[in-house]
Amino acid sequence: MMEAVASLNHYLILSAVLFSIGVIGVVTRRNAIVIYMSIEVMLNAVNLTFIAFSNHLNDMGGQVFTFMVMAVAAAEAAVGLAIIIALFRNKNTVDVDEVNLLKG
Amino acid sequence: MGNYLWVIVLLPLLGATVNGILGPVVKKNTVTAFALGTTGLSFILAVVAFFQLVGLPADERAITNTVYSWIEVGDMNVNVSFLLDPLSGLWLLVVTGVGFLIHVYSVGYMDHDHSYWRFFTYLNLFMFSMLMLVMGDNYLLMFIGWEGVGLCSYLLIGYDYHRDAAAVAGKKAFVMNRIGDFGFILGIFLIFVTFGSINYHDVFGSAHNVLTEGGVIVTAIALLLFVGAVGKSAQIPLYTWLPDAMEGPTPVSALIHAATMVTAGVYMVCRSAVLFNMAPTAMMVVAVIGCATAVFAATIGLFQKDIKRVLAYSTVSQLGYMFMAAGIGAYVAAAFHVMTHAFFKACLFLGSGSVIHGLSGEQNMDKMGDLKKHMPRTYWTFLISTLAISGIFPFAGFFSKDEILYSTYNSGSLVLWGIASVAAGVTAFYMFRAVFMTFHGESRVEPEAMKHLHESPNVMTMPLIILAGLATVGGFLGIPMIEGANVLHNFLGPLFEAGRHEAAHDTAHHSAALELGLMGLSLGIAIIGISLAYYFYIKNTALRDSLYGTFKGIHKVIFNKYYVDEIYDAIFTNPIVSVSREFLHKVIDVVIIDGLVNGVGSFFTTLSEMAKRMQPGMVRHYALTMLVVSIMMVSYFLWGAK
Repeated sequence: MMEAVASLNHYLILSAVLFSIGVIGVVTRRNAIVIYMSIEVMLNAVNLTFIAFSNHLNDMGGQVFTFMVMAVAAAEAAVGLAIIIALFRNKNTVDVDEVNLLKG
Repeated sequence: MGNYLWVIVLLPLLGATVNGILGPVVKKNTVTAFALGTTGLSFILAVVAFFQLVGLPADERAITNTVYSWIEVGDMNVNVSFLLDPLSGLWLLVVTGVGFLIHVYSVGYMDHDHSYWRFFTYLNLFMFSMLMLVMGDNYLLMFIGWEGVGLCSYLLIGYDYHRDAAAVAGKKAFVMNRIGDFGFILGIFLIFVTFGSINYHDVFGSAHNVLTEGGVIVTAIALLLFVGAVGKSAQIPLYTWLPDAMEGPTPVSALIHAATMVTAGVYMVCRSAVLFNMAPTAMMVVAVIGCATAVFAATIGLFQKDIKRVLAYSTVSQLGYMFMAAGIGAYVAAAFHVMTHAFFKACLFLGSGSVIHGLSGEQNMDKMGDLKKHMPRTYWTFLISTLAISGIFPFAGFFSKDEILYSTYNSGSLVLWGIASVAAGVTAFYMFRAVFMTFHGESRVEPEAMKHLHESPNVMTMPLIILAGLATVGGFLGIPMIEGANVLHNFLGPLFEAGRHEAAHDTAHHSAALELGLMGLSLGIAIIGISLAYYFYIKNTALRDSLYGTFKGIHKVIFNKYYVDEIYDAIFTNPIVSVSREFLHKVIDVVIIDGLVNGVGSFFTTLSEMAKRMQPGMVRHYALTMLVVSIMMVSYFLWGAK
């Protein structure tokens, strides 16, 4: 009986799927919050890759990097949400297609 | 001594500046005081300076007053410096003296004008420019004055700028003068290149070392200078502006277009006598053009109806005499005629102005007649001046014109002499025709004008009387024949001696009998002219009218000034206008210049239109771009780069 152990490949495939979902979310959605969430999904897909390789190669560097990414993501969350709130206060919408003052 | 010469020149400029700035706000009397005060003072100083000059020994008669060094560039060294010698002294007196009288006259003539101050500003500015022209001691200062008088002439001809005819005439005068000025300045350039200086003293002093007699360069210089004179002094072929200049107010016609500015060309030729003497070919051209102008303009004057136009053509004709005299080397005679002409022609113009003033602006002689008893002062002064211009003894014109004719005869140019004598007869005829049509015969004055008919006020008639007086006695300055009595000859003569060989002594051995004979002849010709005028315009007007009928064609051609204006229009003006309109405007301007300028703009606009599509303002769009580019880059590094 084959033991159901997740191999490196499984992690990498999952990570790729998550990342693609994130990319599609960013490209197709108009709501700034959803785009923002999609970016978080992409970041975490990358984190998953780091952890998987860390485990596989027995190297702690990947886990250190993940913490780094999480810290940056937290800072980004603070700034990004602040921008979205400011946007909503000014334009009364979070639809990114409505925000095109700088268009050529 | 003489260090106040600059004041003479600058005073009228001061008057012009003050009146030009304060004129609109101060009272009329203040304007008058400034305009007359500055020119009057200038005249007084001129007289003082002149007598100082006369007091000097004959060979030291040149006072220079250097004010400051103006241009110093490389070899070029130009001072603002004024020169008073017999030649400029004579002109100085004529310009300030006649100019002042005409200022006085203008006070009366322009009395009802709405921009009185503007007139006097221009008039003073003109005086300043004319004095610069005459008094400068180098060609550049002369050129400044030359351009200045041209500008003032333009401003004053177009003084009534709301009338189309005046504006057009002003423009015509300006453009015609530009053609001449172009030649003049080329002449100055050539002088500078040849001599390395444009100062009279340097140029005339070294002329015999630098140039060869009759050489190409000296001939070119003389001819180029003469082109300038042709423009300014209204000679063939550039004379057509002068009759049109009569659109200006009459005092302007008297001052600028008769007495002073138009003689600037004669002054310049006399001033450059040294150069002209070295260029016999150029002298010939001057004499022939002068003579041709004298007779051509005189014939046009025969049938003109506008009193001022008659006088204008007579001015052109008299200027022709002056050039003819200068061209045969009789510079003194030319200068003499300039002086006497200034007196009688200014008087004639002011007289015609008085008539026009009295008739409420009527200039057509067909609507005058029998004004003698209404305007006695104007009549008598006009008559005296007419006698003077016709060359009747003992009035001024007799002496000067006779001297010109005599010198011409003596120089051996019998053809020129013959033509000029005929022109003198024609002059007498048309001038007396003007007198008879204006002052004698039956009155043809319009009833409306008749009501306001009046003799002009004293402020206008006094200058007339003074000028008529000068026109009577002015000739005695140059009594011919008796050695020593010809004051003018002794005074001016030495100036023109340089560079003359055989002609220099023509005064020394002239035969009294010959001169008396020629005098009698020219007097006879003048009297014939006058008698004919009397016969046709007083005695037998029916014959005149039937002759008009017989020679209708000739009359029409002459009355229309030989269609010269129309010919010029056809040859020069119209082609230039159509080339400008059809080619320069529609092709060069609209297509090439505008196309280039607009093309640069639209090129970048198009480029930007394309570039702006890259920034539609859609965040998802940017994200997609980022994604695609990232995939491309990753793919490249994974599989592409070896």
